[in-house]
Amino acid sequence: MSRFLKVLTLAAVVSLGVGAAEAGKFGLGREATPEEIAGWDIDVRPDGQGLPEGRGTVAEGEVVFAEQCAICHGDFAEGAGRWPVLAGGWDTLKSQNPVKTIGSYWPYLSTVYDYIYRAMPFGNAQSLTPDQTYAIVAYLLYMNDVVTDEEFELSKENFTSIRMPNEDGFIDDGRPDTPLVSEVQPCMTDCKEEVKITKRARIIDVTPEEDGETAGINVD
Amino acid sequence: MSKSDRPEKGIASPSRRNLLKAGLAAGGLAATAGFARAAEPDPYNLPPNVADWSRYLGVGVDNAPYGMPSEHESEVVRRSVEWLTASRESSINFTPLHDLDGIITPNGLCFERHHGGVAEMNPTDYRLMINGLVDKPLIFTLEDLKRFPRENRIYFLECAANSGMEWRGAQLNGCQFTHGMVHCVMYTGVPLKYILEEAGLKTNAKWIMPEGGDAAGMNRSVPIEKALDDCMVAFKMNGEALRPEQGYPARLVVPGWEGNMWVKWLRRIEVGDQPWHAREETSKYTDLLANGKARRFTWVMDAKSVITNPSPQAPITHGKGQTVLTGLAWSGNGRITRVDVTLDGGKNWHQARIDGPSLPKALHRFYFEFDWDGSDLLLQSRAYDETGYVQPTKDELRAVRGENSIYHNNGIQTWHVMANGGVENVEIS
Ligand code: HEC
Repeated sequence: MSRFLKVLTLAAVVSLGVGAAEAGKFGLGREATPEEIAGWDIDVRPDGQGLPEGRGTVAEGEVVFAEQCAICHGDFAEGAGRWPVLAGGWDTLKSQNPVKTIGSYWPYLSTVYDYIYRAMPFGNAQSLTPDQTYAIVAYLLYMNDVVTDEEFELSKENFTSIRMPNEDGFIDDGRPDTPLVSEVQPCMTDCKEEVKITKRARIIDVTPEEDGETAGINVD
Repeated sequence: MSKSDRPEKGIASPSRRNLLKAGLAAGGLAATAGFARAAEPDPYNLPPNVADWSRYLGVGVDNAPYGMPSEHESEVVRRSVEWLTASRESSINFTPLHDLDGIITPNGLCFERHHGGVAEMNPTDYRLMINGLVDKPLIFTLEDLKRFPRENRIYFLECAANSGMEWRGAQLNGCQFTHGMVHCVMYTGVPLKYILEEAGLKTNAKWIMPEGGDAAGMNRSVPIEKALDDCMVAFKMNGEALRPEQGYPARLVVPGWEGNMWVKWLRRIEVGDQPWHAREETSKYTDLLANGKARRFTWVMDAKSVITNPSPQAPITHGKGQTVLTGLAWSGNGRITRVDVTLDGGKNWHQARIDGPSLPKALHRFYFEFDWDGSDLLLQSRAYDETGYVQPTKDELRAVRGENSIYHNNGIQTWHVMANGGVENVEIS
């Protein structure tokens, strides 16, 4: 190649810049193998995408749950001490103390499978087998009265037929939901006649309540 | 010469650490963690005397290969509130906003929130996988990531639950606790767009699911528009490698959106045609309204501000006269255009002075200097952003959302400054 042509080619490469959308244009990274992907691709979606082969019954789930989960979440998924409550809480969402559980709040069953496999038991994540995970999810459905038959078996095949009670409890982001300046120019002078203190902070190093309940405070 | 072997001084020096306690300790405020302490001056160091530091050599350049703050700044630390969470590994601590100035948060003071402890990853074994609806699934090493064109961007990161403890009313005495789940640093990294395009997006690619390599396997759904707009995969903060607790060696940056989506220890991004409804976008990070319905995919952090000084951990110690009020304002929708402050609980407002860079989706620093007459004050700040959004009061938020939302509390904060200079967290009519 002549020197002139070389310069031209170089210019073409450079002028491509970084905006173009063709795949692999920096030539970085290497192709992931199916085995590598299988080891890391653990997510499960509401439509069932990502579910592995497997099955497990309520009764089998009860055993695994008692061994690996109950110490924190209670034998009946009612929550031990301050650890998360996984069952119950029906009809509390409008109350002063909403109890958001798999049964009372979670819209999709896939989330239960996805989360338990990826993050639980706390401190030994991604250690359950698919059968164990199906069984635990079946047990949690039972503890939440979503299924009532102790013989119930959850599997890849019947998974998406299960609907969660609060599936319709979610709506889109409604913001902005307070007036914009274009609608109301904020007042700058003589805006109020009098001002009173209505609430005062408690002091933070005092434990708020004896039983560890923190009056709805939850920063998760 | 070290301190311990310096000669005894002729002049009796009161302890440097003598705390100025009385007088300020109103209403139990002294018990509040991080309460500012002022030491009595040591006459030996004051004119006309010549202090030791003016006479003897200091330590040499080998003393601290990685420099640390002055020992006199030992109070400037992240703090946690023990009772907030059941475990220390899935917990939070808070940025000491009242001790900082400007708009950049020092790396070691950026608040931490993780769900399975800090993953200890080594850079050699770090891998980022891209799979799903792509032409070619790819795996990158950290070195690969550093070969893409880089960008430097300053952004705030705020946890959606920042101020979440205040939905029911004033609760914590200190802006570190009420507002300290925010930080702002300069990220160096690669636009996520380049990385996704390297794998080639299929035409039905509508969402991505970033996933962490930590023991929580943190996963969220991010719409593809945002992913291709301003998201980054960052490996540096404020010029140096990410801190382990901020996702070393690489994290996602999702400008203006809630901190939980900025997946740390990023190990994988799956591309899909619909959202995943992961636990962190169903069970958590959804905003329960009074009617029992919950908003989901509430990503943007709306405009917000807080006065950092004076505040409960930073009372006025100098008595009446010239006083500097300062604070922070930010918006996930762009730049802050204006901040108003009031000293009298909202009867009269004054426009504060914004100083320093004004960057979209970054912290803004504001000041208001005034002559304090020593009487009680009720301080508030109110931020505006370039979309015409004005920060609402907490009661305005409660009127539309109730008190169960936990997340996205960007209501106006009130501090009550008492005649003795002490400050408490209150709400007013
Ligand atoms: C050592 C205590 C511990 C054990 C054992 C444990 N968990 Fe958990 N679990 C937790 C903690 C802590 C969280 C919250 C983590 C966070 O904050 O992100 C949690 C969260 C959960 C959640 C989500 C709760 C919600 O409302 O979002 C589910 C579901 C769950 N665990 C199921 C299980 C199952 C099933 C097992 C057994 C295989 C198990 N856990 C074992 C501590 C534990």
